Amino acid sequence: MPYFEFLETYSGRLLDGTLVTLGQFGLAVLVAVAAALVSGLLKMAHAKTLRALAVVYIELFRGTSLLVQLYWFYFVLPLFGFTMDKFTVGFLTVGLCYGAYGAELVRGAIQSVPRGQWEAALALNMSPSQRMRRIILPQALVAILPPWGNLMIEILKGTALVALISVADLMFEARQINNNTYLSAQVFGTALIIYYIFARFMVTPVMRWLERVMARKIGRA
Amino acid sequence: MLDWKLDFTWEILPRLAAAAGNTMLAAGGGYLVAVVLGLVFALAQRTPSRPLTFVVRELVEFIRSTPLLLQIFFIYYVGPQFGLRLSPWAAGLIAIGLHYAAYLSEVYRGGIENVPKGQWEAAKAINLSTAKTYRRIVIPQALPPALAGMGNYLVGIFKDTPMLSVIGVAELMHAANSIGAENFRYLEPYTIVGLIFLAISLPTAWLIRRFEIALRRKMGLTR
Repeated sequence: MPYFEFLETYSGRLLDGTLVTLGQFGLAVLVAVAAALVSGLLKMAHAKTLRALAVVYIELFRGTSLLVQLYWFYFVLPLFGFTMDKFTVGFLTVGLCYGAYGAELVRGAIQSVPRGQWEAALALNMSPSQRMRRIILPQALVAILPPWGNLMIEILKGTALVALISVADLMFEARQINNNTYLSAQVFGTALIIYYIFARFMVTPVMRWLERVMARKIGRA
Repeated sequence: MLDWKLDFTWEILPRLAAAAGNTMLAAGGGYLVAVVLGLVFALAQRTPSRPLTFVVRELVEFIRSTPLLLQIFFIYYVGPQFGLRLSPWAAGLIAIGLHYAAYLSEVYRGGIENVPKGQWEAAKAINLSTAKTYRRIVIPQALPPALAGMGNYLVGIFKDTPMLSVIGVAELMHAANSIGAENFRYLEPYTIVGLIFLAISLPTAWLIRRFEIALRRKMGLTR
């Protein structure tokens, strides 16, 4: 089958898969940002139990594979009485997994804010939460964006694994089409190119743009 | 609700332990491919040939921004279309090795670029060939700072081996899947697999961190 004809027949399904991948990616990013922020901040908390909680979460998710986590959440968690549909399990697990990696980035970025900024906020009589919100986090955000861009690519790649719990994403559709047609080079090649375009020409430019906007906002452009 | 069966655990443990051996074999084999191929990628980007540098740079970028799972399928299924049949092990090691070679090439590149320019000039001044300069001057200085990054990717490759189960490599995840399907019990196999991963990757990551600290101190880089 010529490649053009192949595209004509299967582009609809690949597009459907791409949209599911997009959805998984967007939701996983939200989960990862929330999880990284919360656990990154908890890891610097004064209370020992809060710190321990963050460490357990981070080490648990960084110490095992995403695929093991997906299967565990999908097949084992229902035995504890938590049943979620596969779409939710997918983005939640991917988000929690990369949130654990992001937590270290959050901590590093916050600690990279110069000592003087903390002291100045104290001198202005700001409360700890005010200081965090208005002084530290905005500056930490600028520092975290470049490494976070790499993490975004990892999250996008991670979403491909949800196909293995049968979420009908791009990876899943590609595999199905391959099973029906054996046009492996065409279908897997096309899927690779879609992922590449998504990462290189959408995710990375948006992150670069965000970096510029945030740098300008705190007057470092 | 939840009943963890101890006798079932004992029954499946030997099988999982054997599969863990395969997982380590896959991680080690894949890493070997990655270490060598990564060096090729890194050096190819330092040749004077502009087109070669460009092609390798784009290839590394492409490999790094597409999912490993898809690359595994691609390498395993595309071969037979052109009459090249790869065993699951071969395809898996190539895929995972290629993927991590792209990451390792960046680690090497960083290490090589960190070697001061004066070292290159000095090597030139005492009339060393390019190959000799790399072998005797540059790589010995580039390697120690790169070692920590290389170690982290060793843990990374280990944690990515479960993906090889999809093409039938008999590693841990594959064993857990078949145990689960045979017995209709997923609690024990998947939990044990998770624990095995924790038991191996956490101490390894800790050792690498210690090693990195020791290395920095030895090189006089402590802050």
